[in-house]
Amino acid sequence: MNVQDMILTLQSFWAEQKCIVMQPYDVEKGAGTMNPMTFLKSIGPEPWDVAYVEPSRRPADGRYGENPNRLYQHHQFQVIMKPSPVDIQDLYLESLKRLGIDPEKHDIRFVEDNWEAPTLAAWGLGWEVWLDGMEITQFTYFQQVGGLDASPVSVEITYGIERLASYIQDKENVFDLEWVDGFTYGDIFTQNEYEQSKYTFEVSDSSMLFHLFSTYEEEANRSLDEGLVIPAYDYVLKCSHVFNLLDARGAISVTERTGYIGRVRNMARKCAKLYYEERERLGFPLLKQKEGSSDE
Amino acid sequence: MSNRSFLLEIGLEEMPARFVDDAMHQLADRVTTWLGEHRISYGDVEKYATPRRLAVKVLEVAEYQEDLQEEARGPAKKIAQDENGEWTKAAQGFAKGQGVSVDELYFKEVKGESYVFVTKDFKGKETSALLSGLKSVVEQLTFPKNMKWNAYDLRYVRPIHWLVSLYGEEVIPMEITDISASNVTRGHRFLGGPSEIGHADEYETKLLQEFVIPEPNERKEAIRQQVGEIASREGWYVPIDEGLLNEVNQLVEYPTALYGHFDESFLRVPDDVLVTSMKEHQRYFPVHDDNGDLLPYFITVRNGDHRHLENVQKGNEKVLRARLADAEFFYNEDLKIRPDDAVNRLESIVYHEELGTLGDKVRRLRTISEQLADRLQLSSEEKQHLERAAHLSKFDLVTNMVDEFTELEGRMGEEYALKAGEAPEVAKAIVEHYSPKQAKDPVPKSTIGAVLSVADKLDTVIASFGIGVVPTGSQDPHGLRRQTAGVVQILLEQSWQIDVRDVTNDILEQLASRQLLKQEREEVAETVNEFIKQRVKNVLQERGVRYDLISAVLNGPIGRIDRVIEKAEFLQKRVEEEQFKSTVEAFSRVTNISKKSSHLVDVDSSLFTEEQEHVLHEKVQKVEQDISQAKEDADLEGEFAALESLTPVIHDYFDHIMVMTDEKRQRDNRLAQMTSCASLITSFADFQAIVFSS
Repeated sequence: MNVQDMILTLQSFWAEQKCIVMQPYDVEKGAGTMNPMTFLKSIGPEPWDVAYVEPSRRPADGRYGENPNRLYQHHQFQVIMKPSPVDIQDLYLESLKRLGIDPEKHDIRFVEDNWEAPTLAAWGLGWEVWLDGMEITQFTYFQQVGGLDASPVSVEITYGIERLASYIQDKENVFDLEWVDGFTYGDIFTQNEYEQSKYTFEVSDSSMLFHLFSTYEEEANRSLDEGLVIPAYDYVLKCSHVFNLLDARGAISVTERTGYIGRVRNMARKCAKLYYEERERLGFPLLKQKEGSSDE
Repeated sequence: MSNRSFLLEIGLEEMPARFVDDAMHQLADRVTTWLGEHRISYGDVEKYATPRRLAVKVLEVAEYQEDLQEEARGPAKKIAQDENGEWTKAAQGFAKGQGVSVDELYFKEVKGESYVFVTKDFKGKETSALLSGLKSVVEQLTFPKNMKWNAYDLRYVRPIHWLVSLYGEEVIPMEITDISASNVTRGHRFLGGPSEIGHADEYETKLLQEFVIPEPNERKEAIRQQVGEIASREGWYVPIDEGLLNEVNQLVEYPTALYGHFDESFLRVPDDVLVTSMKEHQRYFPVHDDNGDLLPYFITVRNGDHRHLENVQKGNEKVLRARLADAEFFYNEDLKIRPDDAVNRLESIVYHEELGTLGDKVRRLRTISEQLADRLQLSSEEKQHLERAAHLSKFDLVTNMVDEFTELEGRMGEEYALKAGEAPEVAKAIVEHYSPKQAKDPVPKSTIGAVLSVADKLDTVIASFGIGVVPTGSQDPHGLRRQTAGVVQILLEQSWQIDVRDVTNDILEQLASRQLLKQEREEVAETVNEFIKQRVKNVLQERGVRYDLISAVLNGPIGRIDRVIEKAEFLQKRVEEEQFKSTVEAFSRVTNISKKSSHLVDVDSSLFTEEQEHVLHEKVQKVEQDISQAKEDADLEGEFAALESLTPVIHDYFDHIMVMTDEKRQRDNRLAQMTSCASLITSFADFQAIVFSS
């Protein structure tokens, strides 16, 4: 199965489970969790089921396209369901079958892995899912998001697309993966990987980036003061990405590092709080809609 | 109906492997405690646990609670009856409260006073009607980490999916979240299915049919045997790490061991790296040949049966290949780094916000270890190696490998130092300076490794105290207790004759000169000393030294740890001897009375009026000399023998002399004599702390 078919399969599977299929968010981010469709929507009592692919940037993992496993940008397939369905593990295993992975013919394990995102003031408990010893999915029950207790609890399933594909297609090198007939992963992404790595490690202008961080931070706080959580959160994401670039460049010392993470976390907390208040002020519309539909 | 077995099974999403064992025991303990509290007798207890279930089966659970007779006391007779012998309101109220008529009241004397009593009989209820109460036991199990799921309020280790609660054939109703207890368990996630259990006694048999081995020891032994079979078939040596085996055991319900292969070329990477990759990251058992050399194979345990093992093998080989390729890349990259260049990079890594960079830490280490070397009179060659080792002690922290595998700190330092042509003594000390990491770990074997380890640990501890970071209660984030215990362990095993106060002062001096001391110096010295003392106390307790003897030797600040330990063990040997009690009595009389001396005067022998005063005076002077000679010879027996020789003289003195006379000058002089004698005694130990059973 090529990468495109994997994505289409997962999309249609989770669409059948009543997840809204979304498109990737258009601001750089390090993980699918940071997409507002996850971070913001998992806050508060409103039900929310969503699935999407997220290209995620990890500047420090860039290897100029030369390492068979590490990438500046990889793809996550992200599922969020709130409240977490009681049969969510079964649903997940069903999705693997759709991808041609028959659990009886492999060794699938749920191995304890507790997830924490310090920049998002978020944490959860769950597992990494092992397929014959390889971690293919991160499976987390959110317990706190933006410093707020998750109630009800959202479950997050994050498939590592490249990992899964390398298993399904039996490839040693990520760049040899077949995206669609006639196009390999390398055909599409080698230049990106090289240029982004080169930019990150050799070319990026740290003083400009430091300046951007402060500017974005000010703008996030200004938007928050105006009660505008969505634009504010966009600037939080930008801060986070700029921080990742600076960190990868080695421009941030260990002490400063804690400080920068704390600054992003503070903004994320404020966004979470404001988002909750805004939804509350609107009367948690999705909650009403759900109640209404069940009354029909 | 005869007694039946009771089965309680909690079915869950996969629990963290490290919680399973404890939870299993906890469930059994709580269930049997509950039965006991409810006066329900029972027989043997069987415990079961897999990643997805916790279960307990209690055999021969009685059909009925035991009957209970309870006597309740009411008001005193004089209040319960009026002058005519009629029951008062108080008595009637008591009877009503107890649910009996006044006719059932009777009198009994308690401590000479007559009271109203009533005996109540509780007929034991049917057990089957009570067992539902175990719901609270299920809900109250505690785990190191709990979570919530869906919209339920319950916090639990992982979501609950089913409950089996069976008393013989009878389902005991129970409901938690939306789960109702039944007699249907679930088998292996992929190989088994739901299975109805007809009778509690069928539990294990039914699960085995569904590819679950519920008894953890049975499962563990199956793994051990399978691994052993592969090893003997292939002619390998596969040591079983019990910790790893336990973890693997709690990751599977139906284990099948298999082996895989990796490219021989990876064996160029140091063994520790390969082993860490396999064990810590993949939970594999590494494979060795008869000489203990690593072979390019691994054994893993699958949660499933023998079918399609080739897929599992292939997948695991692929994962390991990627991991080892990474490790090999790091190794080759690291070999390009010169250790001295790496040391320079430590300047930009913060060790602690208030204590500077790792570069600063290394500079302190160099000074401290040099001072220690002087105190220990190391040879100039040793000193040279030590200086180099101190300089290189932290360089591996900037290597790729340690960044990836933090647990290999020190170990990679040794490897890379050797590869860079450093002396073996230097390389060894780099890895040794981290040990002991845990309580039972071995201490450094080489002297310079030991010196460096003590220097590193004491710097960490004293510098932390110096900025006010002191462990409190269970809070010890920097592991200062463990590190201090390590120092004590090393000092004892190396039999170094150094005074910890001197070393503490050296370090404080240095911290002060670098402006790193934020607290009062004397105070820090004191708290550090007290902290060390606590660790010594633990050592003495572990060695089985009596509590009172520990207090006796730990009076005042601690200096030479080796001497304190020796003293305690010496006293432990002597304390049972008949003579010893008399000695302690004599010493206690002296130390007690000496406390009455309000101001110090010198003993003036011209004021002596009794012979015993002269005798004691001369004896004290003689003992003082003997003690200092014995100390010089490190002769503890001799030291105590000298002190002990005071006993008859002291007894004789008190038999004839009254210290607290009315004549002031004489009294002060006698007190002064007591004080000088007491200071000899207490310099050995606080004998007053010693307790004799009467």
